[in-house]
Amino acid sequence: MSAISENGLSVTRLPGFWARFLRIPTAAVGVFMLLVALFFAVFADQIAPADPFSMAAAPLLPPGPDHWMGTDPLGRDILSQVIHGTRVSFGFALGAAALSFVLGAIFGAIPGYFGGMLDHLMSRLLEFFMMIPMLFLVILMTALLGANIYVAAIVVGITIWPANARIIRAQVLSLKKRTYVKAARVAGAGHMKILFGHILPNGIQPLVVNSTLQVGAAILLEASLSFLGLGDPNYISWGQMLRDAQPYLAIRPTFSIFPGLAVGWLVIAVTLVGDGVNAALNRSRS
Amino acid sequence: MGRYILLRLFQIIPTILLIIVFNFVLVRIAPGDPAEIMAGDFATPEVVETIRVKYGLDQPIFTQLVAYLKAVLTGDLGYSFDYNRPVLDVILERIPATLLLVLTAQFVGIALGIGLGTIAARRPGGTFDIGLTATTSLLYSVPVFWLGFVLILFFGIQWKLLPTSNMRTIMGPDSGLPLILDVSSHIVLPAATLALSFILPTFFRISKSSVLEVMDADFITTARAKGLPERLVFRRHALRNALLPSVTMIGLSLGTAVSGALLTETVFSWPGIGRLMLEAIGKRDYPMLMGIFIFTSVSVVIATLLTDLVYRWLDPRVELGGKT
Repeated sequence: MSAISENGLSVTRLPGFWARFLRIPTAAVGVFMLLVALFFAVFADQIAPADPFSMAAAPLLPPGPDHWMGTDPLGRDILSQVIHGTRVSFGFALGAAALSFVLGAIFGAIPGYFGGMLDHLMSRLLEFFMMIPMLFLVILMTALLGANIYVAAIVVGITIWPANARIIRAQVLSLKKRTYVKAARVAGAGHMKILFGHILPNGIQPLVVNSTLQVGAAILLEASLSFLGLGDPNYISWGQMLRDAQPYLAIRPTFSIFPGLAVGWLVIAVTLVGDGVNAALNRSRS
Repeated sequence: MGRYILLRLFQIIPTILLIIVFNFVLVRIAPGDPAEIMAGDFATPEVVETIRVKYGLDQPIFTQLVAYLKAVLTGDLGYSFDYNRPVLDVILERIPATLLLVLTAQFVGIALGIGLGTIAARRPGGTFDIGLTATTSLLYSVPVFWLGFVLILFFGIQWKLLPTSNMRTIMGPDSGLPLILDVSSHIVLPAATLALSFILPTFFRISKSSVLEVMDADFITTARAKGLPERLVFRRHALRNALLPSVTMIGLSLGTAVSGALLTETVFSWPGIGRLMLEAIGKRDYPMLMGIFIFTSVSVVIATLLTDLVYRWLDPRVELGGKT
């Protein structure tokens, strides 16, 4: 097995990888937390005790046996809102991170492979994105293009992809000098075939790690956007809940506490998984 | 070094132009009439027409771009019809508050982060290290504004120790030492929020890993071999070298710190740029939004360049060539 994994063929490494991954205690905790969140996200309609959009009881009830997390100023069940928020937050973040993954892979790999003027220009563009304050960029784009959840996810995706592009570019720069790339070229493979068929699959691991961490970043960005009033009113969002909760901080603090804990839970889960994947990959390499 | 500074200065010009062009393109992609967007929600039809003429919005696209670039580069960031004043004037008024908040939080967060990271690196895997690593990861994972809520709950509402909004007491002292004390008590919670959520965890992580890395270096083994006490090895040889990555991080973390300040200001009604931007979002004051974006982006780009120069000065080993 080791002879094959010298080439970085991840397929042969997978069994060892999972064993190594789940043996890291923090990673196992992360997987558990993530599965819980995933369960809530998928079965939100079945699990939530009430309709998150309609009035269930008196407004601003404290946590109690009927409403475990209390009710919001419109008398809606907070627990149900938190559960439905999982789906929105998760979906949003996965979408944004996936877009960032694809953009990063393409626009990191091509300039890195061909080099020259194209690479130079792309480096400048990446520098631009890395330097300007991310939240300001996301706010400006969302405010101008419309506070719609899909638009916002795309905006976040095109704001965070440059980090991925940098990673892939570095990978391509080092991998394109490898013997198997020369072999593929001698065998008559075209540039695109070499780049996306041979180089990219072998250099994708750090991108996978970073994308996991970007899911966490996207969750926080979404929460910040809706907290600032740029959320989509048609969806339940933890950030939006925190925005609604702020004026009642003194009289009903639990309303603010629960949505924030939910954000923290999900971000910690993906961070632990991302760090775990990273550690497991590094260990299997050495 | 002089040549290098010039070279770097030339390199940020395209970045700054890109920021302006980006704004220009965004307004054209956005649904609606560019003139109406650039005028904002408060403008009368006559004003919209003035804007159309001023930026040549009935001209070919290239002429429009030139007109826009010319305006922005001469310091004209547009006119806010909400404030009835030029955008730049309003922004400049709000800058000191934001600067005070960001610099205080940066100073405290960086000092504590590096200090704690260095201590944690002395005994990796120890109770102190594990406790701090877990705490900083938690702080990094919750929204900044939520952390602000929690601090307000305890220090403001529960224990009534500190003020939780604005920068000064209304009708409070307006000069001298009483004013300084008043502002100081107001800044504690927002600065703590900002420092604890981004800055401290970032610098804790960076300084810890760079101390660990340096302690493995050959020159440390040499220093130990020649019989230096461990304390001196650490202070004289390890620490100085381990601090370098943190210095680079100061520049790189600026953008995040300013983004965090935006959210922190919102929670604590701190009268800075972030608060201004929140109001502009609510009122669809687009000229203000775009002005704030250009202003903060350009400021961060310039500040990043400055820290980069400091870094080259501290660590002359870094090549002074054109490579970035």
